Amino acid sequence: MRPDTVVPSAVPAVEPITPPPATPPHDETVPHTHPEPGVDPHPPLARAGRALRVGIGGPVGSGKTALVAALCRAFADELRLGVVTNDIYTTEDADFLRRAGVLDPARIRAVETGCCPHTAIRDDIGANLDAVDELAEAVGPLDLVLVESGGDNLTATFSRGLVDRQIFVVDVAGGDKVPRKGGPGVTAADLLVINKTDLAPMVGADLAVMDRDARARRGDLPTLFLSIVGDPTATSVADWIRHELAHHAALHPLDVPVGPA
Amino acid sequence: MATPSLLLLLADGRFPAGAHAHSGGLEAAVAAGRVTDLASLEAFLAGRLATAGLVGAAFAAAAHRAAVAETVGSAHPARSARPSDPPAGSAGRSAALARLDAELDARTAAPALRAVSRRQGRALLRAGRTIWPDARFADLPQKPGGAHQPLVLGLLCAAAGLSRVETATIAAYGTLTGAASAGVRLLGLDPYQVQALLVGLADACDGTAADAARAADDPPERLPAAAAPLADIHAEIHATWEVRLFAS
Repeated sequence: MRPDTVVPSAVPAVEPITPPPATPPHDETVPHTHPEPGVDPHPPLARAGRALRVGIGGPVGSGKTALVAALCRAFADELRLGVVTNDIYTTEDADFLRRAGVLDPARIRAVETGCCPHTAIRDDIGANLDAVDELAEAVGPLDLVLVESGGDNLTATFSRGLVDRQIFVVDVAGGDKVPRKGGPGVTAADLLVINKTDLAPMVGADLAVMDRDARARRGDLPTLFLSIVGDPTATSVADWIRHELAHHAALHPLDVPVGPA
Repeated sequence: MATPSLLLLLADGRFPAGAHAHSGGLEAAVAAGRVTDLASLEAFLAGRLATAGLVGAAFAAAAHRAAVAETVGSAHPARSARPSDPPAGSAGRSAALARLDAELDARTAAPALRAVSRRQGRALLRAGRTIWPDARFADLPQKPGGAHQPLVLGLLCAAAGLSRVETATIAAYGTLTGAASAGVRLLGLDPYQVQALLVGLADACDGTAADAARAADDPPERLPAAAAPLADIHAEIHATWEVRLFAS
């Protein structure tokens, strides 16, 4: 398919299938304790037949890797997590995550993208799918795989063949007119994260304008404001992912594996 | 040529088989100062066609031959079976492909390039399994890193109904276009000039494909073994770089 004729991924405004009654209910109020490291006495969420794959995209420097690190902290004791990074020309992001010590290095895979980070997540997704498979082969079944795109521009989106949900990350320092500029990431991502809100006063960004423009562009799709400086585990984004995990588990029951990892 | 559209589809650089992430050794050659402009790119491409291009095309053609072995009699009534024909059936195909796998390993001196060939084979197989689910990919040797790309290509082209020469042409053409496209990105060369350069190499590419298709009648150990030691050395060095644009 020609890259310029890719149909923008449709985002269902309404969940197409209601969870079957056999699926355990999604309850975020249950506290989780883990007496034995590495053993889940009671899975915090319904296990799915395959991992939920969440793409995290956005312009260079908007804080994608910092968000991934925050989510690693948030889910450290809760989910079987894997991360795939797509750097433009290095393994810098994967190295950052390994150095940050937020995730076992065996759970991180880097994909090299030959100058074309958007191609590797949209038009030619094989290397990323290989990386997802390799993660599962190396560390066993996973609940959640975060696929971080290389820093790109406002037109980059993930293929629905690669991810189940996508988060688009922009930051206030990139200018408060970014939501108004639109593009498939801003308008169609399942979640828009407006990051670095702590910098807004310093760069003269008007969060109310960004909120208004995001609503105009995105309709009913959610937008979250975030400052990882103030919230090192990105609580609101982690909660959104927990919610999506519950829906995913209902669509992909444990006893009917769908596709690889 | 019964299926020209499928020939074009499989030769298209946009076919999702991971080619965009590879420079065919060009990135290392550029860094070493051996390719700097159109003239040196042309020399690089001609050399690549005569070595990796010929070998890859011959092995793709041989895999295609193994894939269609059982239908030789019916598809080509004018041609009677030869003693060197691979045995028909799944077991025969598996044995033929395993021999080709070992022979291609022997022709790929650089471990980095063996890994790249298998990685690209894995990517092509992922696409092929989805597009032609009934093809005989199960007969490919089960190796940890995947099957070599030319072997997968041979089976894929057979599944698409392409001829052996068309299969070899796709293989040879792919060794040129991947590196040429990387040249545009790495050196900022004029894309029109680079395409003109490919036009100039078209006859050589077709000739290489014809040679490779003919060679595929020979037993695996007699297939072409042209090599470029400098490309092997470059590939090994490239694999150790901390910062690189392409996977190979």
